[in-house]
Amino acid sequence: MKVELLFWEECPSYPEALELLRDVLAARGLVDGVELREVRTQEEAEALAFPGSPTIRVDGRDVDAAGAGSRPALSCRIYHLPDGRVSPVPTREQLEEALA
Amino acid sequence: MTAAPDFELEGVDGRTHSLADYADADLLVLVQSCNHCPYVQAWEDRMSAIQREYADRGVRFVAVNSNDAEAYPEDSFDEMRSRATRRDFAFDYLYDPSQGIARALAAERTPEVFLFDRDRMLRYHGAIDDSRDEAGVTTHYLRDALDAVLAGREPPVAETPPVGCTVKWRR
Repeated sequence: MKVELLFWEECPSYPEALELLRDVLAARGLVDGVELREVRTQEEAEALAFPGSPTIRVDGRDVDAAGAGSRPALSCRIYHLPDGRVSPVPTREQLEEALA
Repeated sequence: MTAAPDFELEGVDGRTHSLADYADADLLVLVQSCNHCPYVQAWEDRMSAIQREYADRGVRFVAVNSNDAEAYPEDSFDEMRSRATRRDFAFDYLYDPSQGIARALAAERTPEVFLFDRDRMLRYHGAIDDSRDEAGVTTHYLRDALDAVLAGREPPVAETPPVGCTVKWRR
């Protein structure tokens, strides 16, 4: 299983997302094999179809399919929570579902 | 201590707003803000709630978007108007295309709060509170500062690190 976390350094949310991702992986007995990839330019964002930071992909599939098609940009990514609020990181449930 | 910068900016209400227009306010809260940032979106209902709660105590809350709207079209003036209507903003929302206010405030993040007193001197700078998740808030930095300054006291905390997206400067 290939787990990637793409991030833009200027957005402060990726350390929290990485910690959550590692926690979910550990809870499933999976060795932390998260591949970190920094996105530095708009050109890179477009080449990687990077819709914002952080973006987490499991075997190439975005953990939040609804937001995966957003315009590639160096920005903080918006995740929509089930209760209608927004968050700069995905939920534990989204990660667990993606890793199932 | 920093003085509030003068400005003349168009608001989503279709009017031009200047610092002098808020002369009647005992306290003025300028917030560096925008549309697209999830941190702003997480806090914007609290921004409206604070304005509504403190309006009759002489507090005016003014959000300013200085982001480069060419690179971030979600932060265009049209999108600002749309979001303000959709989210029923209780505060003025002004557009700063020259980015002059952001530079004058030396703002770095959205949202980032600057609380000015009756003499328009800075009394609190930083985050609105200590958690983007409202349920997790333990310290209400801005409310505490408003209460203190309105009561003639020093804010319990005068400066906190703002948490949010970076201001999107034009390149």
